[in-house]
Amino acid sequence: MVIETQNLTKRYGQLVAVEGLNLGIEAGEVYGLLGPNGSGKTTTILMLLGLTEPSAGSVRVLGLDPARAPLSLKRQVGYLPDSVGFYGEMTAWENLAYIARLNDLPQALAKARIERVLERMGLSEVAQRPVNTFSRGMRQRLGLAEVLLKEPKVVILDEPTLGLDPEAAQEFLQMIRSLKAEGITVLLSSHLLHQVQAICDRVGLFHKGKLVLEGRVEALAQQVLGGAYRIRLEATPQDGLLERLQALPEVHRAQADAKGLWLEARQDIRPQVARAVLEAGAALQSLVLERPSLDEVYARYFQEVRHAA
Amino acid sequence: MQRSEKPRREGSPWTGLWAVFFKEMADHLSSTRMRILEVLILLSAVGAVYAGAQTLRQTVSEDSFLLLRVFTAAQDPLPSFIAFLSFFLPLAAIALGFDAINGEYSRNTLSRILAQPIYRDALLWGKFLAGLATLALILLALFLLVVGLSLIFLGVPPNSEEVARALLFLLATLAYTGVWLGVALVTSVLFRSAATSALAAISVWLFFALFWGIIAQLLAQAVAPLDPFNPQSELRQAEALLAFSRLSPNTLYAEAVQAFLNPGVRSLGPVLISQLEGALLGSPLPLGQSFLLAWPQLTGLIALTLLLFALAYVLFQRREVRA
Repeated sequence: MVIETQNLTKRYGQLVAVEGLNLGIEAGEVYGLLGPNGSGKTTTILMLLGLTEPSAGSVRVLGLDPARAPLSLKRQVGYLPDSVGFYGEMTAWENLAYIARLNDLPQALAKARIERVLERMGLSEVAQRPVNTFSRGMRQRLGLAEVLLKEPKVVILDEPTLGLDPEAAQEFLQMIRSLKAEGITVLLSSHLLHQVQAICDRVGLFHKGKLVLEGRVEALAQQVLGGAYRIRLEATPQDGLLERLQALPEVHRAQADAKGLWLEARQDIRPQVARAVLEAGAALQSLVLERPSLDEVYARYFQEVRHAA
Repeated sequence: MQRSEKPRREGSPWTGLWAVFFKEMADHLSSTRMRILEVLILLSAVGAVYAGAQTLRQTVSEDSFLLLRVFTAAQDPLPSFIAFLSFFLPLAAIALGFDAINGEYSRNTLSRILAQPIYRDALLWGKFLAGLATLALILLALFLLVVGLSLIFLGVPPNSEEVARALLFLLATLAYTGVWLGVALVTSVLFRSAATSALAAISVWLFFALFWGIIAQLLAQAVAPLDPFNPQSELRQAEALLAFSRLSPNTLYAEAVQAFLNPGVRSLGPVLISQLEGALLGSPLPLGQSFLLAWPQLTGLIALTLLLFALAYVLFQRREVRA
């Protein structure tokens, strides 16, 4: 286990920010800490880094206690905060050089590494420009460059795609994904579930300070949505079709909406669906298998929780 | 929380101190604030020397402490050099310190910096020392300018005792400046907004510069009321007044400067006639005796600086990283 927490709890007065969190992240994993704003993600991250003290429970990152051995921990862990800020009047290079000095890197090594990370993040051209002139996307990349400067074993990213346009966000996520190839363990938090689900090996869903669901995206979909396979189809006429499809084995749910019909199934049963439609004498216009999105998992889960309550 | 073994932090709290120090110092020296302060330095040095030289040329009596007179002589409408310093340096210190910590919050850099392998100690110490070093640099520049200009204008080289006294005066001034840097550091931890922090620090300074004298008087009258039939009560009130006004760093500084720059000063409190028996009035004290005279004031200023720093330290250690 690279990151391990046991019964981790943080209270701010009456408010419970994180409650009884048990997290276990393996080496080389990309783990997504997902949930809406204010659900305790950033607090968890700050506790992992020893930047805020837990009210109860224990944390181990790379086998180290953030309260006891913060220096050797922070030497190996890179952190990109949400809304990352730099010293605006200093250039990108100077900002990185300051971080290199804080990490006590020898000058020659620091120079080589700064050049390398700037190159990798595509910032070599603007290295000598003051950060004031940088766009949000450039700042974010500079933040990742800074994280890579210390060649970390673990990288913790808080809302890495916040405020980026969709293209820049995708590009940035690919950069994060590329860290996995180097054997770096990545923990990222986000409230944009659909954006990060593609790059996470495993996700943990937060709700009001608690980790309510955890696992692979497909497994979660299976567990919460009942069927991991969503099939959308358009067919005319629709009369009686819904009941027929509902009756198919493996179908968990069938519903009609404005765009047509959709089914949830435990397996990919598109051939059976097509046959059923044709047998009903309807014309099949389209038949698509949709991957379930985490947003739905999340929405459905809390719908059920509310119903149960 | 219970811990069986004694919790110990790993490594030195000074890790990264010099990186912070040099970065902050570079920031100070290249900032616009510094440009403004530099103009003020130049103006004040020229003004002080001009005033001093004008006054000194008009006096014909022999004076063995000519350099020290340059510091203390005032010529209407210009204030003396030390009067100017005691006005200008607190403002300079506040200008350098009021956004030390809240500036990191508002630029969103604090969590990024604290995620580096350093302790908060290093950040706070680095910022404080960088501010102090910058102020020392300003002071030294100002001092050398005044000494150099007065050499040109007056043509009398200072003797070694004058130089020693002038350097002690510098030390006291630095300690006094440190107090205001400490105040600014505390307000920069306390208040999230830089403007509020600057205003709060300046209010503290105004309080001591303008109001503390009046309040000390009122307190002294309350604690030791004057009895017209008892001359002892007069002395008691004077002593009470002195004790209260010495709670202000301004008083401590003024007294220390008086002792260092005016060798004729033999006491910083009320003196009874009986104590003056056998004294040669007006004859200068040796340097060592003047130093002893100002020793409590000097240590008081340094202690106050350390106390304020400690307060900022405790507040900062407990502050959440998140805004």
